[in-house]
Amino acid sequence: MTDFSLWPLLGIAVVMLGFLLKFNPVLVVTVAAFATGMAVKMPILTWLESLGTAFLKTRNLPLILLLPLAVIGLLERHGLREKAQNWIQQIKAATTGRLLLVYLALRESTAAAGLTSLGGHPQMVRPLLSPMAEAAFEQKHHSLPDKIKYKIRAMSAATDNIGLFFGEDIFVAFGAIILMHTFLRESGIETEPLHIALWGIPTALAAFLIHGTRLLRFDAYLARQLQQQLKQEQRHD
Amino acid sequence: MISMTLLYYVAALLFFAVAFFSFKDKRYSSALFWFSYGLIFLLGDFMPPALVGAIVVLMAIVAGFGGVKGGNYQTLELQQRLSSVKRLGNALFIPALMIPLLTVFSALVLVHIKGDGWSLLDPKNTTLSALGLAAFFAVLAALYFTKEKPQQAFKESSRLIEAIGWAFLLPQLLATLGLLFNQAGVGETVSQLTSLYLNLNHPLLAVACYAIGMALFTVIMGNAFAAFPVITAGIGIPLLVLQHGGDPAIMAAIGMFCGYCGTLLTPMAANFNIVPAALLELPDKNAVIKAQAPTALLLLGVNIALMYLLMF
Repeated sequence: MTDFSLWPLLGIAVVMLGFLLKFNPVLVVTVAAFATGMAVKMPILTWLESLGTAFLKTRNLPLILLLPLAVIGLLERHGLREKAQNWIQQIKAATTGRLLLVYLALRESTAAAGLTSLGGHPQMVRPLLSPMAEAAFEQKHHSLPDKIKYKIRAMSAATDNIGLFFGEDIFVAFGAIILMHTFLRESGIETEPLHIALWGIPTALAAFLIHGTRLLRFDAYLARQLQQQLKQEQRHD
Repeated sequence: MISMTLLYYVAALLFFAVAFFSFKDKRYSSALFWFSYGLIFLLGDFMPPALVGAIVVLMAIVAGFGGVKGGNYQTLELQQRLSSVKRLGNALFIPALMIPLLTVFSALVLVHIKGDGWSLLDPKNTTLSALGLAAFFAVLAALYFTKEKPQQAFKESSRLIEAIGWAFLLPQLLATLGLLFNQAGVGETVSQLTSLYLNLNHPLLAVACYAIGMALFTVIMGNAFAAFPVITAGIGIPLLVLQHGGDPAIMAAIGMFCGYCGTLLTPMAANFNIVPAALLELPDKNAVIKAQAPTALLLLGVNIALMYLLMF
């Protein structure tokens, strides 16, 4: 009953189906791009052209991951992770949850001041944060099964993301604020960029409270997981 | 000076190194993948776009059918690593911390080094060129402290790139898909659909629809910036601002955060969710999303409440 075509949405259907059926994401996205092109009757050469142009335009994306790797690799080869672990084990009060909570506070407040490049997965989480978080657990429980190690690593990456997202958006010079301001102006609505940034603060605080509470409970959660695992292993013996 | 083109050439060099090591290791499909990636970074600007598109399709097929496999790189034994730790002490932290600190310093201070039509950093991509500069000096420092040869730096970056594997391609491929969606008019279709079917008289319902719409459309597109114009034009402005008289600054600020809740939940935001899982060598590629989901869902609820209480 619509007087417009629903065909452009075919790509979205492909993406959702592909991810649900757990095909390789690279394949899913390529097929979705192809389906979208075919659905709007794009000739194949035009499709290849827009694919190529878009890919060239987005070459800046992998750089942020790529550039720090050589340094991190060299230092890992000479024991950076082990050093980070030694260092955290000297701090007796450190637990996985508390360490991640301190990191969340630092990451969110520096991002709110516009210093987003102080953290990040390649330069902070892999070489320093997750080894420390793992070592804090091992120090206390004298064991670190793989299952728990993976949970700690995932939570370290998650904490970096959450601190970044909900911090950077209250920095007034951040691109998202400019984008919102420009878009609203084009739609005939005037706003102050500073107001948009300020009204982000309640959510930024809520994000810190919610994720911070989860981190404080993370230690007890991990301890329970370890107990369960030990019990299971005993049963198998 | 440190232009994007220069950084693309550096990236090409790093990808060619991966291709070289995987070729030597007789993993030919991996070598083909990384060589093609390097080629696009080196010569992309001189190739016809359709050819670049064809190479991308080839890379996607190689990666999609499991052709990009991890390598075997020799690492030092634990004993040797610990003696390195003993020898180097806190100096090990210096190059690692140089990357973030020097990036921030360059982006805030060195950005002012410029002359007529010349500047040290690329003014349009300050952060990336600052990161490039920081990474360069950090590599020099790391080589100095560890007394390794420069070849080892290439070997180490190749080791980590291969650990990430096909996930490396995903962020760029998804951004490409987003641009294609735009060309095909996906945004217009969604906002026509929402304005056709949504007729919400109660402000709380309208707020919830806008907030959940932002989160859901971000889950689909993988990017809150792509969802914001579509959902704000389709639901936000006509319903919340014009019909119910809400404050547009509050709607925008909290609405974007609802989108970020969606970002935390979706494999489409590969550079935040899937790539870190690969980088941290997690067997479950959705492990980071699972760790984020409770925070994201609770926060979405809080956002709906905040928007309803503050906007009217």
